[in-house]
Amino acid sequence: MTECAVRAEGITKIFNQGRPNEVCALTDVDLAIEPGEFVSLIGPSGCGKSTLLRVIASLTEPTEGQISVYGKTAEQARLDRDYGMAFQHSGLFDWRSVSRNIELPLELMGWSKDKRQKRAGEMLELVKLGQFANHHPAELSGGMRQRVAIARALSFNPSLLLMDEPFGALDEMTREHMQTELLRIWSETGTTVVFVTHSIPESVYLSTRVVVMSARPGRISTEIPVDLGGRNADTRESPGFFAKITEVREALRAVEGAE
Amino acid sequence: MNGLRRRLSASLPPVAFGLVGLALWESVLRLTDPRGFVLPPPSEIVAAFVENWSQIWTGTRLTGYVIVTGLAAGVVLGVIGALLVTRFRSANETITPVATAVNAIPIVALAPVFNAWFGLISPRSNQAVVIILVFFPVFINVTKGLTQVQPSQIELMRSYAAKERTITREVRIPNAMPFFFNSLKIVSSLSVIAAIVAEYFGGRQDSLGPMIIQSAGLTRYDDAWAAVFASAMIGIALYALAALAERLVMPWHASVREATT
Amino acid sequence: MSRLEEQLAEIAATEDPIVRDQMIALAVKRQDRRQRLRDGVRKTLVFVFFVIGLGLLYTGYKAMGQSTGDRWPIIGGELPVKTNDLIMPPLWDIVTSFGKPLQAGGQTLAGLIWTSGMFTLREATAGFVAGVVIGLSIAILLLRSRLLERGLLPYVIASQTIPFVAIAPIVIIWGRKNLDFLPWDWQDWQSVSLIATYLTFFPVAVSGLRGLKSPEPEALELMDSYAASWGQTLWRLRFPASLPYLFPALRLAATASVVGAIVGEISAGVRGGLGRLILDFAGKYTTGPERLYASIIGAAVLGLFVVGVIGQTERFVLSRRGQEAV
Repeated sequence: MTECAVRAEGITKIFNQGRPNEVCALTDVDLAIEPGEFVSLIGPSGCGKSTLLRVIASLTEPTEGQISVYGKTAEQARLDRDYGMAFQHSGLFDWRSVSRNIELPLELMGWSKDKRQKRAGEMLELVKLGQFANHHPAELSGGMRQRVAIARALSFNPSLLLMDEPFGALDEMTREHMQTELLRIWSETGTTVVFVTHSIPESVYLSTRVVVMSARPGRISTEIPVDLGGRNADTRESPGFFAKITEVREALRAVEGAE
Repeated sequence: MNGLRRRLSASLPPVAFGLVGLALWESVLRLTDPRGFVLPPPSEIVAAFVENWSQIWTGTRLTGYVIVTGLAAGVVLGVIGALLVTRFRSANETITPVATAVNAIPIVALAPVFNAWFGLISPRSNQAVVIILVFFPVFINVTKGLTQVQPSQIELMRSYAAKERTITREVRIPNAMPFFFNSLKIVSSLSVIAAIVAEYFGGRQDSLGPMIIQSAGLTRYDDAWAAVFASAMIGIALYALAALAERLVMPWHASVREATT
Repeated sequence: MSRLEEQLAEIAATEDPIVRDQMIALAVKRQDRRQRLRDGVRKTLVFVFFVIGLGLLYTGYKAMGQSTGDRWPIIGGELPVKTNDLIMPPLWDIVTSFGKPLQAGGQTLAGLIWTSGMFTLREATAGFVAGVVIGLSIAILLLRSRLLERGLLPYVIASQTIPFVAIAPIVIIWGRKNLDFLPWDWQDWQSVSLIATYLTFFPVAVSGLRGLKSPEPEALELMDSYAASWGQTLWRLRFPASLPYLFPALRLAATASVVGAIVGEISAGVRGGLGRLILDFAGKYTTGPERLYASIIGAAVLGLFVVGVIGQTERFVLSRRGQEAV
């Protein structure tokens, strides 16, 4: 058996345990992700998809259950800098230039200045923003900022890319453009991606597998493998794409109907 | 019931820190016993406060009168000024930077000039210092609150064909409320400092400022600290009043802030 | 002109639609920046006109009072301020007093105000620096411990209601008596700086704490995901994020440090600075009222200078971020 990128077993997360405002965010979640997969987590708000992402990232401890990342504990994986993260708000630091934003994780890892600058330059080429290296985030549009955030997340070759609705705040046109870019980057780097989203077409277009979650308590209801082959401009209009969208939508409707 | 318990548990750490601090202050000074040290133990300050009560009460009334009247006039003038200025966009753009600049000037230095203008022992000179010192923070903050409104809210009111006066009442003034109370808290302590310092230059000799200087000059530090304590009580009372008024006028604001911090 | 053409050519050559839109937006913004520079000139001019207007108002009021015998025209009734040359010296006398020596052949008043101003500036600067260091330390301490924040913050706020300037004389005596263990010779002006420090630390501590807490949870999670240490998060994220909150507080603190220095000198009787000069001239008011006015103008200029220095630093530090102060 090959080693899983992520293996979650019986994950339960309860906030404010024992207090009147106790919330059960995740109940008994099992999930296995193979290296190189692109997995989307989708579900109604309150289904715990962001919480699951944070449990995987070891930003919050599960109340119960085991999590391993490439055979290590999540905590150890975090200390080993295995995670690249991107959020809905790009989370760029206003006071650093674009290039220095990408260098931030590298600085924390003690890379030399030359190596950092070289890598930041390569990453900027990857996201096609080479000419903006010395600009500051306030001078970039929302889509460009997200590209920088992705470049920053990938700059140190993390073995796992965790994204929490990174395109949620973008307009539809920019969003589709960014999705295409992300797939290109994913195919060039071969990283494993866990991607939280609200958008059904986005999950289908991007993923090799869509994980549908239900709310209150959050648990995984269905997993839908997506096999559309290499995506191109026509993918969004192909019958196979629409069929998958319908499948995911029905799975979500079943989840909401059960409430 | 639940709210009461929460409030009790919230006030527990400050009360505990205060008691520990007082106990430390008292015991360290009692144990080391530095004779004639400038900071006497709290028990001696309290004793001096009780002993000199009638003088301190006179001083508190005199100084308190200057502070309260000056504060009230300064706040009223500051609010009226801000309302006037925001009626006219161009006036706002020119006057606000000037007010910010004037606020950078050490206004207490004007005290001797006001003494020449209004008379050395007249409370009016010291009131003038307090009024000017209070005016600018109130004016600047309220102007900011009246102008920094979300454009969409103004547009919404315009879409209802609301008059400028209605927009001011429904959007600008509510938006300015937190700014107003914030400035009120700032000036509540500033006004005490202004009045005490102005009293160094002139005013009745039996008010708190001269009392502090004279006691310190005679190395009667416990008396000096008792007078300082009295002036601090004026400041704390005014601050508490401002905070109470904020709670009564904008209960939503205070509760939101508590929930988020 | 050719610069603009270059920009346009660069924009036209960009294929990526997202990048191209932003390049156009940036070119427009650059135009706006020039506009803002003109605004700065305008603000300075407005302030100059304000000062001139104040002078005219003063002179006009005086002229009116002297022609009516200190009564309001038409409505009658006494004017609130008498207009004789002792209470309101002519504006011209105040202006020319700067150039006159105090004693025959001695230093001019302007020179004396300059040296006194430098003395006070030294006190204020020392107090300001100490206040900023203490204020930031308190902010970091309260950030570290929730218990300390809940227990101590009310006292930090209450500390400002104690008129510390009022105990300036006590501070001077305490400084002379109790600070002899220091490696340097404690001087009275340093006690005045302590008073400035007391007025300075508060806005820095309160706004600093707010600024240090200002980063979005996502930014903090990002640092956590890199397994960054507490110190690294403080230095690389929290501190730079706090600067837009800190600078307005520093401007307040700069004013407070000058006020603290002047008032400290006055109430403690420390010689050499502007505060003492104002007190001296107030004492000799009857023999030269214009000198008091001149020395107060000197104090006003010092206040404006100090705040101007902080304001320029703020613009320099924050200009590239493209964000306004909070």
